[in-house]
Amino acid sequence: MDIQALAKDIPAEGEYSLEGIDFITSGKQYLTFLLGDEQYAVDILCVEEIRSWEQPTVIPNAPKYVKGVINMRGIIVPIIDLRLKFKVCQAIYNEFTVVIVLTVEIDEHSRTIGFVVDAVSDVLNAEDNEIKKSPYFGGCVPQTYIDGLINVGAKVVTLLNVETLQLIEKHKVD
Amino acid sequence: MSVDLSQFVPSFLEESFEGLELMESSLLNLDAGDNETIHSIFRAAHSIKGGAGTFGFNNVTEFTHLVETLLDEIRDGRRDITPKDTELLLVAVDCMRLLIEAARDDADYDEDKVSETTRLLELTLAMTRPSSDSEMVNIEQDSKTPAGKTWHITFIPEHHLVQTGNDPLLLFNALADLGELSLKAKTDLVPPIAEMDATELYISWELSLISEASEADIREVFEWVEDECTLEIVGTEVSPEPVGSSGGSDTAKTSASELSISSGASANAVQSPEKSDKNKTKSKQDAGSIRVGVDKVDSLINLMGELVITQSMLSELGNDFEISKLEKLKSGLDQLLQNTKELQESVMKIRMLPISFAFNRFPRLVHDLSIKTGKEMNLIIRGEQTELDKTVMEQIGDPLVHLVRNAVDHGIESSDIRLANGKPKSGTITLDAYHQGGNIIIEISDDGGGINREAVLNKAIEKGLVDSNATLSDSQVFDLLFEPGFSTAKEISDISGRGVGMDVVKRNIQSLGGRIQVESEPGKGSKFKVNLPLTLAILDGQLVRVGTEVYIIPLITIVESLQAKPEFINKVSGDMTLYRLREDNVPVIPIYQLFDLPADTKDVNNALLVVVEADGQKVGLMVDDLLAQQQVVIKSLKDNYQQVEGISGATILGDGSVAMIIDVPGMIEMAIERAHEKQNEHSLDGALV
Repeated sequence: MDIQALAKDIPAEGEYSLEGIDFITSGKQYLTFLLGDEQYAVDILCVEEIRSWEQPTVIPNAPKYVKGVINMRGIIVPIIDLRLKFKVCQAIYNEFTVVIVLTVEIDEHSRTIGFVVDAVSDVLNAEDNEIKKSPYFGGCVPQTYIDGLINVGAKVVTLLNVETLQLIEKHKVD
Repeated sequence: MSVDLSQFVPSFLEESFEGLELMESSLLNLDAGDNETIHSIFRAAHSIKGGAGTFGFNNVTEFTHLVETLLDEIRDGRRDITPKDTELLLVAVDCMRLLIEAARDDADYDEDKVSETTRLLELTLAMTRPSSDSEMVNIEQDSKTPAGKTWHITFIPEHHLVQTGNDPLLLFNALADLGELSLKAKTDLVPPIAEMDATELYISWELSLISEASEADIREVFEWVEDECTLEIVGTEVSPEPVGSSGGSDTAKTSASELSISSGASANAVQSPEKSDKNKTKSKQDAGSIRVGVDKVDSLINLMGELVITQSMLSELGNDFEISKLEKLKSGLDQLLQNTKELQESVMKIRMLPISFAFNRFPRLVHDLSIKTGKEMNLIIRGEQTELDKTVMEQIGDPLVHLVRNAVDHGIESSDIRLANGKPKSGTITLDAYHQGGNIIIEISDDGGGINREAVLNKAIEKGLVDSNATLSDSQVFDLLFEPGFSTAKEISDISGRGVGMDVVKRNIQSLGGRIQVESEPGKGSKFKVNLPLTLAILDGQLVRVGTEVYIIPLITIVESLQAKPEFINKVSGDMTLYRLREDNVPVIPIYQLFDLPADTKDVNNALLVVVEADGQKVGLMVDDLLAQQQVVIKSLKDNYQQVEGISGATILGDGSVAMIIDVPGMIEMAIERAHEKQNEHSLDGALV
């Protein structure tokens, strides 16, 4: 078969949104998830793994949103419930509740933290210029955690900053 | 033949640092006429020079050559060693360390210090040198100790020698490989500059080579230029060198064999029997590598073998298991347990090093401080073979240095005061290390003036650390020394007295899971007692249950566990619960309350109490159930989270779940704080009413 002809069949970027061709698009990829009915996203390269919810070991006198620690292949990983942390919705633990484990290098030291969310939804491609600045109008999520907003159709996805998320337990909730 | 030398650089560096430490400690112990010590210092310097030459660290080679020359003169008895020389050599050792560190990190170094020391060394050398060989240039290669003949070589090349692609420098380097080479350039044939042809060579050389090599060997070097020069080689015998010079007298000097020679020499030096300070190795600078005895590795391999056998036995058993083989399975599992335990012990042993690694810097430190302060003092080191985990060792070095500096600066009095008080003229500082239970105790004591209780108290009151009418026990007063920003030194010296030290010392020791205590007697001296865990990695723990959570209490802290009897429980001063344990009244700490957990029993009557002790304080921890005892591997909570009050770490249990390890001293502190808060609330309430 003629290779030229084949190449014509590959849609130009942005023309279609076909599943399975994500890897050839040029933008960054983001993992989107649900907190209540709001959509959030994090850089997919930081996602270590996605695991189902299990009751962690309680850390004494920790803030409410710190659910405890789990053993992830010999590493002690703290579990933080983003729903409680951001006060966006009720924290219900059911079979769809998942933990997104993020690893980020900060100051040559890698930190791994698991975040409880309601559900993982999709992988999103976005160019840097598609990320809009978030208007400052309050809301539950402090601005330091937000990198920007991405429009997906009629909906808006909030892009979270993975680095400040890693330092989450050091910030006071207000 | 070319060998990639860079792979040997780390071992060269390691050996060099060992050599430097050996030089340093030997210099400090040097008595006049002690030839063996001088020899071992010389050997160490020689190995470093040889190695540095091989790896192209030229500034190290050049500098070390000067040191070596001076040592050589002392060794041969051509020079008497004076205290001034010893000082100079000690400074020179510092410079060598600077240079080698700079070579390691590819960084800059304190050039002023090095050039100043170089100047001093040259000056000292010049004082004994018979004539000034100003034109003589030493080519510093890995010169071997002369043992053969002195060859006088006259080399007058044809003017066009360089045009045929020959380079005299290469020839000289080749000669230098044969032995110790010195050469003199003769410029009498150089024409006036107007007649000079830049492509022609006008210089001739007179070389003198001290080497075992035969004339044929030397001629071979000049083989390619034989037709283009006038060559004269005359040999004279030199008297053989005393034994004890470096073992490297063979002429084959491929780089690889050079390395083995230098390592051999340093190994000899390390193991020389007359040394009181054995096992010199690098201090905390490089955390990267560890030296392990072959016997330890062998035992590990043996254990590994046994483990593999047990494993295959068990898996075979599992392939077609039937209930009749249960006994066999049980014994197999027992064996597995045994193997695992032994393996664990052996692995832990690898991390254990004698504390002399941390102690060996103190003779030098005390020596320097003694000169700086003008106080005379002796250092006594005991228990230097006490073994300690490498991680603990690396982190305890700086706090110990600080404590020793303090002992020198604040502890020991000046000689006249000492004499006036009827004490020996020179003070004594003692470093002592020993094991006690699962801990290692390091004591730093001095026979100085002791801690001035009043001065400490006044200072603390002045700084607002304590109330002016508070009555404090001695140990409470001494604990004030560890408060941030506390210093009683009348003037700030560069040794200590800035008041930034002791609180850092205490923090460092606490971060290692250790404690520090002070004892002091006016006029007699003071003693700092550092109590450290042997290892940071593993502890024996008692598993306890509180509500649904499992906690681990370090076995070492547990005094006893008991079922509380209602008649021994007393409520005092409002809300404090005490348990009468024989003669002691032990405060009861309900873990569920402190950690805010749901618990089975909230009633202290009939509760299970685990009596633990920390810092001399006994408390009863209230738990719901006692579970198994087991060894647990400590994992940090700080890596991914943060320090948690009352918790020293976490571990993973057999079922894969995480359990928290209770930090007993931290927990006691926490309980005390809670009690204070409560009191404050009460007094606040009282004020409002």
